[in-house]
Parts: sequence; C-alpha cells; structure tokens
Amino acid sequence: MTFIRLTGVTKSFPPTGKDAAPVVAVDDVSLEIPAGSITGIIGYSGAGKSTVLRLVNALEKPTSGTVEIDGRDITRLGERDLRALRGDIGMIFQQFNLFDSRTVAGNVAYPLEVAERPRADIRPRVAELLEFVGLADKAKNYPEQLSGGQKQRVGIARALATDPRILLADEATSALDPETTHEVLGLLQRVNAELGITILVITHEMEVVRTIADRIVVMENGRVIEDGAVFDILSAPQHAATRRFVSSIIDEVPSGEKLATLRQRHPGRVVTFTVRDGDVTQADVFAALARHGVRFELIHGGINDIGGRVFGHLTLSVSGDADAVDAAIADAGTHAALIEEDVRG
Amino acid sequence: MDRLIDLLPDLWEATAETLYIVSFSLVLGGIAGLLIGLALYATRAGSLFPNRVVFGFLNVLVNFFRPIPFVILLAAVQPLARSVNIRGIGPEFGIFAITIASMFAISRIVEQNLLTVKPGVIEAARAAGASRSRVLFRLVPREALAPLVLGYTFIVVALVDMTAIAGAVAAGGLGEFAIVYGFKQFNPWVTWAAVLIIIVIVQLVQFFGNGLARRILRR
Repeated sequence: MTFIRLTGVTKSFPPTGKDAAPVVAVDDVSLEIPAGSITGIIGYSGAGKSTVLRLVNALEKPTSGTVEIDGRDITRLGERDLRALRGDIGMIFQQFNLFDSRTVAGNVAYPLEVAERPRADIRPRVAELLEFVGLADKAKNYPEQLSGGQKQRVGIARALATDPRILLADEATSALDPETTHEVLGLLQRVNAELGITILVITHEMEVVRTIADRIVVMENGRVIEDGAVFDILSAPQHAATRRFVSSIIDEVPSGEKLATLRQRHPGRVVTFTVRDGDVTQADVFAALARHGVRFELIHGGINDIGGRVFGHLTLSVSGDADAVDAAIADAGTHAALIEEDVRG
Repeated sequence: MDRLIDLLPDLWEATAETLYIVSFSLVLGGIAGLLIGLALYATRAGSLFPNRVVFGFLNVLVNFFRPIPFVILLAAVQPLARSVNIRGIGPEFGIFAITIASMFAISRIVEQNLLTVKPGVIEAARAAGASRSRVLFRLVPREALAPLVLGYTFIVVALVDMTAIAGAVAAGGLGEFAIVYGFKQFNPWVTWAAVLIIIVIVQLVQFFGNGLARRILRR
C-alpha cells in the first residue's frame, strides 16, 4: 500500500544572487513509499534529498506537483491542518536540534504540549518514551550533559511523542561514531518493527541504508536516478552515481590500476565471478574449476549479506595448463550464470 | 570634605533619583526594545515571518536613531517631550529621553541574541507542530534567555551612563549632583562621591546579571 506519494514534484528556491537563476532543488520527482517500510534516500550533498524530506512534512511547499500522505494531498492544506499533520510525522536531525533550555523530559514533552495534551497524560507518556529509548534515568538532565548517541535517542523519543505514523530521519547518524550509529540504527529498526512506523531516512552513507532500509532511492541533481529494493540496487546498480555509492560498501569488480596491480602480483588468469543469491552460487563455480584440475585462489572481493541475501564479486587468479584454464573458466561460465572476465591489460 | 558631609542628604536623594530614572527607562525602553527586536528578528529574510517592507522600515528607523549622540538627542527630543506634557527638565524628562535612546539600542541587542538560536532548533519545533508565533514568542526567547540577560545587563550599565549625561541638562540624579555641586563648585570630593556610587551601582548590576545568566546556563 502506497503511503507517501510524490507526483511530479519540483521545488525551486529564489535565486541567491542578482543575476543568478533560481535554484532547482528537487526536479520532477515522483516517488511511492509503502506503509511500514524503511526507505533510504541516498545522494551527495546538494542532491535534493533534504528538500524531499521537508516536502513530506510540508516545511517546504512544492513549486509544482503534489505530495500525498495516505491519499490526502497535503500541498492544499492550510497552516492549521499542517500543524495537525506534523503531529503525525516525527522528525530527527543530524545535529539533534534539542531545546537546550529544556530537560530531557521537557524536550520529549514539547510536541505533546504543542498538541495541547492534558498535563496528566504528558507525564506518563514521556516516561514511557524515555523507557523505550533507554534513557529513563536521564529525564532530569539537560541536553549538554548527554553524549551524541544519547542526544539522538532523546530526539527519537521527542519525534515519537505524538504517536506519529511517519518518522523522517535527516542524516540522523552522520554526526555519530560507528558504534553509536549502530545503536541508533538498531533503535530505528525497533521503531519500525514494534511500532509499525514508516521511516524515511536520508543519508550519504550506503552503510546506513544497507543496515536498515528495505528500499533505496538514489538522487542526483534534484532527480531520482534509481529506485528499488535494496538488494536489487546493490547487486545491479545502473547509474554511475549509484555504482559509486555501492562501491563504498561492496568490493567492485577490479579495473584499471587496481586490476593491473592484481595481475602483476598473481601470474594466473584473473577473472571475476559475481555471486548473487538465488541466481549464482559459489559452489557451482568452484566445482567447475576443480573439475578441470586448475589451481585458483581468491585475490579480491568478498561476500556480502544484504538483508539476509548473499551478494558479492569474487576475483580469482586461475593458473595451470593454458588449455585447462580456458576450459575451466568456460565451464564455470556455463554453470554459474554470470562470469566476468576483464580485458587483459 | 566637610562640604560633602553637608551634601550627603542630597547625594542619597540623587542616588534614589538615578535608580528611579534607570528602572523606569529600563522597563519602558526594555519592553519597547524587546518588541522592536522581536519584530526585526521575525521579519528578516528566511525567518519566521519574513517581510521585506517591515524589516526594511524598522532597520532604517533603528539605524536612524542609533548614531545620534545622546547629549544631542537630549536636546532634540525636548520639544517632543513638551508636546506630550513632560517638562523639559527633571527626572521624567530623563526617563523620556533615555527610553527613546535605549529602545533602539535594546532592539539591536535583542535581535542579535535571538539570532543565536540555531535554525535547526526552530525547525525541530515547527516539525513538532508548533505554530510560527508560538516559536517566536515562547521558544526563541526562552532558548536565547541567557544571552538576553547579559544583553540587558549591558544595557542597564549604559542606562546609568545615560542618566549621568541627562544630569547635565538638569534631568536630576547623580549626574546633575556631580556637575552642580562638584564640577561647577570646584569640589572634586563631591564629584568623586557621585562617581563612586555610580561605580557601585554598575558593579552590583553586572554581578547580578552575570549570576542570573550563569543560573540560566546551569554553569
């Protein structure tokens, strides 16, 4: 079921200089985000992903196109309805953006105060939320007394206060160290699994998307250039920008200088097999090579677990009798659906 | 020295007058300055209620009054004071002139301190469903409270200074006391007694302001 739908959305900002052209941050973007999913929007800075996020909770209004949430076009809503809508959409930030003048409990209570919930209901709700994010003992502390990871957990508790159906995460882990990032991502997964909240994450880190998302949207220059299930995008990226992101977490098929170095170090014929769950298995490849009595060793690449499915490039150096090597590689190629052999350097 | 002892009752009276002028100017100028400062902050480009016309008008207005030296402003606003039935001398005139001068200075200090609130914090509040006016009137001043307190402390010190200057045109207070009984009668003891009290007032105000800001910042 599509929950958030952007149709032909363009957002341009007024020019910054006198003779400058208007800045088109989002350019004719159409997107469908299913209910209950975790979708990762990835792109370099300036790709327009932040703006897309702010179009969803209407902090920005599109120049053209429509944004629908649960079938309702939010671009037509007035300020009062928008405020109610924002109560249904939580948001967390890279810099946490906690209120320094309020305690941890006060921060979490803020959206409830804004929504004019009775005071008697706020206190137990805040306690429950702090319990959920594991900060029950920090209720009376102030943000400056917390670590980055703790601050983000307060941010998450605050974002969840009004029981939203959507959570927007704006580079929520980019200011955190790897271990804390893991902790926060784990919490977001719990938010999704236990509370059924649809999560939209924007990031420039593929690792974040790989860890928690089930769908990826790749953006470049304000446009969506690729969009699909995480496994499909990671195992078969179509665009150059997507390949660059994928290469940050998955060893690529070696080429150029990398390949030349490998060739120099390993005397055999260098070939790369792409292993893909449900499609190609390593066992078939290795069995075929073994049948021809050639020697082979793994010199580059590896196996990745993407949401429980296996994918990776294995670069092997195959040596032995020249004819046997050719036959072995040809044989492995028929057994395993995909073999890539690089042009000899 | 003997002369100073004779004048002690007048000195206390002048001190009381100075405190009277400073506190009334602070309340009036402080409130007016807070409102203008909030308006400047809110209407600037990219803020909560961006409005070029209003911002431009207020900006020019503040910039128009700010550079006028206070001694000259004192003379310049005398006709204005008379038109609202305030005599051109005495403490009430002092309050009138200082309020006008200080509200523009205060508005800049308020504006600058409100600008220290990170835009991300405002965005977080808006994303939580808070209205623009709720953010402007409740969240932003609270988040900027410590620098605001320090800004106002700075202003109180400036007000004491202005009060002394206003004394030169017979607006009362320690300034007038120092000039009439000290300077004009060649009695440095009297002048210095007034100076000493002014220093004490300034120190107390600064001490109190710093302490309050520290409490707000919990440091």
